[in-house]
Amino acid sequence: MQSLAAIVPPLFALVLAPLMPGLLNRTKAFVAGRRGPPLFQPYFDILKCLRRGAVYGDVTTWIFRFGPVVNLVALIAATLLVPFGGIRSPVSFSGDVVVLAGLLALGRFATVLAALDTGSSFEGMGASREMHFAALAEPAFLLAFVVLARVAGAFSLVPIFQAITPTVWLAALPTLTLVAMTLLILVLVENSRVPVDDPTTHLELTMIHEVMVLDHSGPDLAIIHYAAALKLWLLGSLLVGLLLPLHNRNPILDGAAMLLGIATLSLAIGMIESAMARYRLVQVPQFIVGAATLSAVGFILVLV
Amino acid sequence: MPEFLAAILLLVLGGAAAVPLRARGRWGGLAGQAGAIAGSAVGLAGAIRVLAFGHTQSLSAGAFMPGGATHLQIDPLAAFFLLPVFGLSILTAIYGGSYLSGRNAGIESAATWLPLNLLTAGMAGVVAAHDGLLFLLAWEIMALSPFFLVIFEDRQAPVRHAAWTYLAATHLGTAFLLVLFVLLGARAGSSDFEAYTVVLKADPALGSVAFVLALIGFGAKAGIVPAHVWLPEAHPVAPSHASALMSGAMIKIGIYGLVRMLSLLGTPQPWWGWTLIAIGASSGVLGVLFALAQHDLKRLLAYHSVENIGIILLGIGLGVLGLATGMPALAVLGFAAGLLHIVNHSIFKGLLFLGAGAVQHGAHSLELEELGGLLRRMPWTGTAFLVGAAAIVGLPPLNGFISEFLLFYAGFVGVLQPAPVTALAGLAAIVIMGLISGLAAACFAKAFGIVFLGSPRSLAAAAAHEAERPMLAAMAVLAVLCVIIGLGAPLVISALADVVAVATGAAAGSIRAQLAPAIASLLITVVIFVVLILLAVVVWLLRARRLAGRRIGRGPVWGCGYLFPSPRMQYTASSFAQPLTTQFHLFVRNREAFSPPQGYFPRAASYASDSGDPWLRLLFAPTFRWFDRIVGQLNVIQHGHIHVYVLYVAATLVALLFWASL
Repeated sequence: MQSLAAIVPPLFALVLAPLMPGLLNRTKAFVAGRRGPPLFQPYFDILKCLRRGAVYGDVTTWIFRFGPVVNLVALIAATLLVPFGGIRSPVSFSGDVVVLAGLLALGRFATVLAALDTGSSFEGMGASREMHFAALAEPAFLLAFVVLARVAGAFSLVPIFQAITPTVWLAALPTLTLVAMTLLILVLVENSRVPVDDPTTHLELTMIHEVMVLDHSGPDLAIIHYAAALKLWLLGSLLVGLLLPLHNRNPILDGAAMLLGIATLSLAIGMIESAMARYRLVQVPQFIVGAATLSAVGFILVLV
Repeated sequence: MPEFLAAILLLVLGGAAAVPLRARGRWGGLAGQAGAIAGSAVGLAGAIRVLAFGHTQSLSAGAFMPGGATHLQIDPLAAFFLLPVFGLSILTAIYGGSYLSGRNAGIESAATWLPLNLLTAGMAGVVAAHDGLLFLLAWEIMALSPFFLVIFEDRQAPVRHAAWTYLAATHLGTAFLLVLFVLLGARAGSSDFEAYTVVLKADPALGSVAFVLALIGFGAKAGIVPAHVWLPEAHPVAPSHASALMSGAMIKIGIYGLVRMLSLLGTPQPWWGWTLIAIGASSGVLGVLFALAQHDLKRLLAYHSVENIGIILLGIGLGVLGLATGMPALAVLGFAAGLLHIVNHSIFKGLLFLGAGAVQHGAHSLELEELGGLLRRMPWTGTAFLVGAAAIVGLPPLNGFISEFLLFYAGFVGVLQPAPVTALAGLAAIVIMGLISGLAAACFAKAFGIVFLGSPRSLAAAAAHEAERPMLAAMAVLAVLCVIIGLGAPLVISALADVVAVATGAAAGSIRAQLAPAIASLLITVVIFVVLILLAVVVWLLRARRLAGRRIGRGPVWGCGYLFPSPRMQYTASSFAQPLTTQFHLFVRNREAFSPPQGYFPRAASYASDSGDPWLRLLFAPTFRWFDRIVGQLNVIQHGHIHVYVLYVAATLVALLFWASL
């Protein structure tokens, strides 16, 4: 049962990921007093893009086409590593958190190169900002897991999440709260959400992720949309896994609790996006460095 | 050992033959090239033999030098460092033949084989020397040969200046080594390394002095901040295959010296580890930040060498800390990470410098703002450069990721130690390494994106041509090695055990036990890599199938409705890096001169940026000017009259006699 349950995390991620942006957009529409798109709209969008042809810029090369594919497969490989709360992932080993960071970096590098392949100033701008913020987010991500490793006494995702029980939470309450805040900020940064980036803006000059994929169309765009949902799901399940320490070793109950947690996180991000405006670009680095500092403080608290 | 001696002989003979033959058409170049390839191949075979069987080879020749017998020894550590020396030498020789013939045909270029081959022979000599005198002799051959490579295009004033900077830097470093070896030789009464280690292990205070001297002397050669200033001057002006050999192999010899010295010093002190971690962290972060600000491709790569030396020292620092505080797991993993990164860096930095040479050869510029769109004109060079860029950034599934994984692994092992100090060291290593790899990704997205993607920014770039076959072959071998080490990581790490054993002074068996968990993790990682590659192929084919038979359009890229974009409107290297260089201005100290367009009918506008090295500008240049002024004061005793100098000599002799009789 336990070993069979290990296929649940990647399966859920691959099938249910587009629900997250669906729920998120629904929440934003509700707060704004609109009906909003259907919950399954992201699926419809992906399917529609898959049925289309494609248009390519004059100067683009194979890099432009290959970029989204690399990003997608890096994230699919990452689904093998990320546990779903108490449900273990198919693969777990010491240092897997480093491999996860490496896969995220690979996907980002591929996306950025695909954007630079167009030679467009707008996409260059998006690529530059993405790399700037990612360079600061990567140490913050590792720092958060350094603290969790110190608390859990292991540096592998499955043991970390299984070691964090309500008792551990109570014992290390301030530290784990700080780490959770870091992870929440990283979910927003890595997925280009408000207040770092506004996915609904209509001005190319202010965008980050959306402007990098301006020229992709057809199946390439479908891949990009799907990969974005997958990334939101993976990072979201790390945060929710930390915040939901109730593991009763029953995959069905654990899975249901986690799904509820993911839905709540989607609602929460929707609320954040409704309540906040995007930061000015010069403020974003401070926001990310601030996130890292939270975890650094948390580390000092568990050091002695 | 016979292979080693034959290698040195072939290298020197080939190089020496190139000089008299340099005027005879192609023969001079061929002699030098043949000597380099044959000698290095023989030497490489010998080094692999030592590593494969684990037998240390040793040779003591008679006392033809003062201070006792000459002692050569190739143990696994030495053989390990011979791999990048001889391996890169073969490839740069293959590449160099075509590169030189296309660049500066005739007399001058053939003569460069002599310093190139002497450089290889000198590096091999340093690594194999087991006594202080031979070591210093080989060190000077290695240190002086690049001067003649850097000054290759000596008609240009900046080139002469760069060569001068190199010469000054290398001699300052050597001065510390001279003091180190004289000090040890005086205490030990012999110049043999075995005698050194006896006195060093007996006297911890002497050990600390030796550590500091070695750190400065070897660090200057390796390029640690602030002794890095010669790298961005010397590497860009040398022929590219020479830059590849200097950056890929020569600066590693500085690390070799440090590791060899540490192995002689016995049990280290914790503060040595902390010092190495601090220097590694500052070199790593500052190196990559300076690289971000550059817009000359080879200067950018030179600063990345500073960064990678920092990563190597972070690993070795963790290892030394582990040895000093009695944590074998940390020691073994730290040294393994640092040592593996040495080989990895030679591979991808060699590849990137050769790629930069191909760009210069094909598009006649290294200035990023004049390049662009080269991937379509130079597809093979571009693809090889992309592999090198992804590897140096530490992306899966390539070799750079493996050594960085080991470093992170060592860091996490440190974090889990109960002692808060060790945990902090682990935390520092992980966070610094994360920052370095994030910034390096930004820098190489810039370097590859601006040079190879988009559209050409100059006519020369639009008319670029692909490199010749031998140049492509050399790059292809290095690119394939990046993939092989990435996918064969568990085997490579197991093979490191003997080398780590020499560096840490522990038994190879216990080292295998300490490495086993990391190897188990890497085994699964490699399976994930294979899944990743297979998935990429599957998704790529599925995507192609979906698109088959559909309408595929071509058109201008989206420019907010503007339909006539020109290449000059593209994002530039400076604009790409600007957010980061502004944020880290405190360290980068980029100087900008900007006069924006003003008024309704603006006439002139300009922007210029100077990314010169702040350490050179703010530390070394004033220091040397001050020194020059002080020394200039001595001019008062110089008149140019022989009889005055004879008087000086006589006065000195009288003074000495008087002093001796006291």
